[in-house]
Amino acid sequence: MRVYHMTEEPYPDAWNVGAESLRVNLPNRYCDPEVAADQYHRFLDEWALCDELGINIFVNEHHSTATCITASCNIVLGILAKTTKRVRLLGLGMPIANRPDPLRVAEECAMIDVISRGRFDMGFIKGVPYEIVPSNSRPVHQVERFWEAHDLIIKALTSHDGPFSWEGEHFHYRSVNIWPRPWQQPHPPVWVSANSVGSVRPVAERGYVLGTVMTGYAAKNLFSEYRRVWRASGRPGPVPLDRFCYCCFAAVGNSEAEGLRRGHDVMAYLRTNAIVADQFRSPPGYIAPQVLASQFRRTGRAGFSELGLFDKDGHRISGFVEAKVADAMHGGLLFAGTPDQVYQQIVDFYEAIGGFGVLQMMAQAGTMSHEDTVESLTLFAKEVMPRLEEYHASRQMAAE
Amino acid sequence: MEAETLNRPNAVEINGVAVELAKHGSGPTLLFLHPHIGLAGADGFLHALAQKFTVYAPSHPGFGRSALPRHFTTVDDLAYFYLDLIEELDLDRILLVGASFGGWLAAEIAVKASPRLERLVLIDPLGVRLSERDTPDIVDLFATKQSALERLAYRDPAHARLDHAAMSEEDAFIHFRNRESAALFGWSPYMNDPKLKSRLHRVKLPTLVLWGDDDGIVKLPYGRAYAGLIPGARFVTVAHAAHFPYIEQPQGCAQLITAFGA
Repeated sequence: MRVYHMTEEPYPDAWNVGAESLRVNLPNRYCDPEVAADQYHRFLDEWALCDELGINIFVNEHHSTATCITASCNIVLGILAKTTKRVRLLGLGMPIANRPDPLRVAEECAMIDVISRGRFDMGFIKGVPYEIVPSNSRPVHQVERFWEAHDLIIKALTSHDGPFSWEGEHFHYRSVNIWPRPWQQPHPPVWVSANSVGSVRPVAERGYVLGTVMTGYAAKNLFSEYRRVWRASGRPGPVPLDRFCYCCFAAVGNSEAEGLRRGHDVMAYLRTNAIVADQFRSPPGYIAPQVLASQFRRTGRAGFSELGLFDKDGHRISGFVEAKVADAMHGGLLFAGTPDQVYQQIVDFYEAIGGFGVLQMMAQAGTMSHEDTVESLTLFAKEVMPRLEEYHASRQMAAE
Repeated sequence: MEAETLNRPNAVEINGVAVELAKHGSGPTLLFLHPHIGLAGADGFLHALAQKFTVYAPSHPGFGRSALPRHFTTVDDLAYFYLDLIEELDLDRILLVGASFGGWLAAEIAVKASPRLERLVLIDPLGVRLSERDTPDIVDLFATKQSALERLAYRDPAHARLDHAAMSEEDAFIHFRNRESAALFGWSPYMNDPKLKSRLHRVKLPTLVLWGDDDGIVKLPYGRAYAGLIPGARFVTVAHAAHFPYIEQPQGCAQLITAFGA
């Protein structure tokens, strides 16, 4: 099993200013560049520690928000490509439907791949709806634009015989010929995140790594759909488990109490992630009108609602905002406690959803301190990860 | 419900695009181009006009129950569609009336010109870019708090309220579909065509521009400046109305238009 660590690089100093929205319209006067610099340096240090510990690195990005000041995952990855030596570097990722220039994305990907000497995992995301207004990207036909950008990026990375032209529906270039070419051939591995069954198909058809984010036990349905599409597209054999990535929170302590306290700290993510003004939650075209119509007739409201926590049998436990540590653990979203407990929780979850080859953990979030993060990551790397790798290897052998 | 399965009782097909088209009354031809909210709230106005005119009230491609071809992405596409519709239905000596988003569309059609057009009425139209580049002309319909939008769009915000429990599935679907199509055609540049300002001099039709006194979506000075770009256009304000004067003052608007067009 491969393990990745991520943090959204939060800016919690601005979370208590009484804003109705931490995203889109929170004035950046609440951002002190000195505090932001300290945060960036601190998180880079924690990722550097991951390189020593053998935990792979996962970086994402958001825009116009105090929940995440990584406005470009590729800038962070560009730094890490040089400062780290051995772990893999995943950007999941690049909101390619919202970025106006996919050619530039292809160039950045090739650079990170080359600087890191082939350690780059290239992830593409559609993004949450409140990324639409900051990007100015038209939400109607967004999915089409996503896949056209993808097609162009892949072609740019894999064409080595001089310029080609591109006259698509959404993007137009008379001469595409990127330098450098990527290190990995034919291109860095592609990851795509999908949180609904309907979005899994194009990922499975291409055999890409499926990233599921904050889905809890519902990840099982997404992986099942992947397997169904994989078979239907005539791919041979079972789906390798390294195609399945599960993203969670993890917090390890020397004692159960310490692990749970750290779990409470990382869960500040859930408590703040959804503080978004209504008018940014449902850009037109993001959700199909028939779905909105049905929501509206039922409740008088329509739009994107945060995912909630559900138990193994699909019963709702709570929403994200009000979730307690125990709720998040019950919903398979948070693994917390001593190393033994965390190991067992992950194994139980692994079995419940039918296995997965990649564990992405948000081991820092919210107000969790540097010292806590360092100790939690270290405990995870030394006392949980080797046993997980062993367990995963034995389960795979059994499957074969 | 999917767009393809919508029931279109009064459909006409223009160049393979099936659009619903309501027709009321008798008299000279009047073609009404609805705003981004579709034909909701327009009944009183259309029936008042139907006393003197043959009123044609289509739903634009992508709005109401009308089909939306995949390649339609700009107001230009809609403008050419309506030039086709006018010819296909053999409409002549047309009084073209457009409100808000439909006013933008009417202006684009008038710029392209057709000998079948006789007069033009724009009601609080969108579509031109007037202010400095860092000053918005038009309130963001897609990212403004709903309660604020209601107050900006209507003098009496009760007009904006929807009774969700009483709404039919089809009406709810159309409400959200209209919003999506408005974003398709007007997302960016936001609800304007940067070229339109320099083309409005081509409008050769007698033109009446109506503006709601209390319009908070596009304000009076924008309206006056817009009218000033159309040679000879008359600018008339409508009291006790905001962005949709034909909804808040249907009789008054119909009278002004009748006096202008008859």
